[in-house]
Amino acid sequence: MGYSKFFNPEETLDRAGIEALQTERLRATVAHCMGSEFYRKRFREAGISAGDIRTLDDLQKIPFTTKQDLRDTYPFGIASIPLSECARLHSSSGTTGNPTVILHSKKDLEQWANAVARCLWMVGCRPDDVFQNSSGYGMFTGGLGFQYGAELLGMLTVPAGAGNTLRQIKFITDFGTTVLHAIPSYASRLYEVMCEKGIDPRRDTKLRILAIGAEPHSEDTRKRIEEMLGVKAYNSFGMSEMCGPGVAFECPEQNGMHIWEDYYIVEIIDPETLKPVPEGEVGELVLTTINREAMPLLRYRTRDLTRILPGECPCGRHHKRIDRIRGRSDDMIILKGVNIFPIQVEQVLMQYNELASDYLITLDTEEGNDSMTIEVELANSFIDDYSALQRLERNIVRMLRDEILVTPKVKFVPKGSLPQSEGKAVRVRDLRKKY
Amino acid sequence: MTIHQLSIFIENKAGTLVALLRQLKEAGIQLIASTISDTVDYGICRIICSEPVRAYEFLKEAGVAVSLCEVIAVELDDEPGRAADAIGVLSDEGLSIAYLYSFLLGGKGVLVFRTNDNVRAVEALQKGGQKLILEKDLSHLL
Repeated sequence: MGYSKFFNPEETLDRAGIEALQTERLRATVAHCMGSEFYRKRFREAGISAGDIRTLDDLQKIPFTTKQDLRDTYPFGIASIPLSECARLHSSSGTTGNPTVILHSKKDLEQWANAVARCLWMVGCRPDDVFQNSSGYGMFTGGLGFQYGAELLGMLTVPAGAGNTLRQIKFITDFGTTVLHAIPSYASRLYEVMCEKGIDPRRDTKLRILAIGAEPHSEDTRKRIEEMLGVKAYNSFGMSEMCGPGVAFECPEQNGMHIWEDYYIVEIIDPETLKPVPEGEVGELVLTTINREAMPLLRYRTRDLTRILPGECPCGRHHKRIDRIRGRSDDMIILKGVNIFPIQVEQVLMQYNELASDYLITLDTEEGNDSMTIEVELANSFIDDYSALQRLERNIVRMLRDEILVTPKVKFVPKGSLPQSEGKAVRVRDLRKKY
Repeated sequence: MTIHQLSIFIENKAGTLVALLRQLKEAGIQLIASTISDTVDYGICRIICSEPVRAYEFLKEAGVAVSLCEVIAVELDDEPGRAADAIGVLSDEGLSIAYLYSFLLGGKGVLVFRTNDNVRAVEALQKGGQKLILEKDLSHLL
């Protein structure tokens, strides 16, 4: 079939074209934000007016918007249009303080669906594909976000929702699912259960594309999932504050996620100094929505740590690529004064075939000192040899120490014994005494 | 000329051993001999049992970390010095033993062990006139 490689003409804009469109949309967005009580006050306090924002460089004049701002204005305080013109809201669970609410107009929802469809099209999804979504529906944006994107693209959609692994597998085999959206730990879980039931994903399913996201994971995890399920797995990046999925997605090159710059202006800042980091260095991702009407967010601090990949992408898109997320500033463990991200531990563990994919990091206080214990599941086919197991353990400890600069204790546990939720796997437990 | 042994990785935690034994009970597997050596966090439970291959498949299906190993079993007459004779044969050949345990079955002593080279060990034991036990002998003795 003579399909185009691109879903939208905006995908092929060159840098000058992207920046021209961004400038135009930034001005319009800022003007539109003056409909929001919150931003009117923000601008007044910063001593700026909408008219001061003329170029992309002027963006620096605008104060950051934070998650705390979303909480403080809960539920509708940042909206730029009347509620009567809004079509949907998504709310995040508020484990600490107020939850957050993001409002969408009808046009916002259409644009969101378009962004998701563009992502899926980019990795080869076509109308004759069968798309199954194992995200929770409802308030979790991975459900409806992927649903409407996949429908817009024209695929047959299977809105399976979260959990019920046996039913997921039955849908995959019975409906001939070719494209699946799942978080990485759940993709591994699906594979394990398929194996238990004697289903070979390569032989017994038509799966070919997997969209994975929402959970930090390493390149080795991706390769392992691709190997297990016989698919190409593409990294997806989104967050409910920016609609949900569809913010950035990997192209077939699988080397960084193109962030749609006709929707967002991207900045990477040093979370301490709040100044831009030099091109290519890791920092906190800051996004400005320039294609949203109900609730645009200006310079939103995402807390996600990443970097812009330098160079051109051979796929023909000039939209910047962000590296896989290095973790959230919230996920960061500070142990004995050292900053550690769980993903660093995962990257080391995934190099060992002797290990299964689940692990649990426990932080505790031993004799007044911080300690870190990593329980890791042993693959089912283990070697009956104490000295080999001890060598393996010592080797892992050494590799981890080189990576995280702290010496952890490694404990092997049988497969299936770590806490496993149908949603995100529990990775870190902090039992340290707080002083 | 070897027999099958189940090796199961178990966590050093209350209830894990009994859970394993109940699984074997459910499968109708009879234990002949077993041993667990202790370390701080985990142990390997080694089991000689009836129908080891079926037991292995059953446990594997249940998601247990289990491997099926080849070990050597030597039958000893019930009198002093026979173990020394058997192990002496291996020692003379320069073979080393990874682990060993023993039990009594039908009035005879049985030594079970794994060496660094089971093929050479079997040859040496046969040449040295030692009686190797086969899997069918075990089920016969049950």
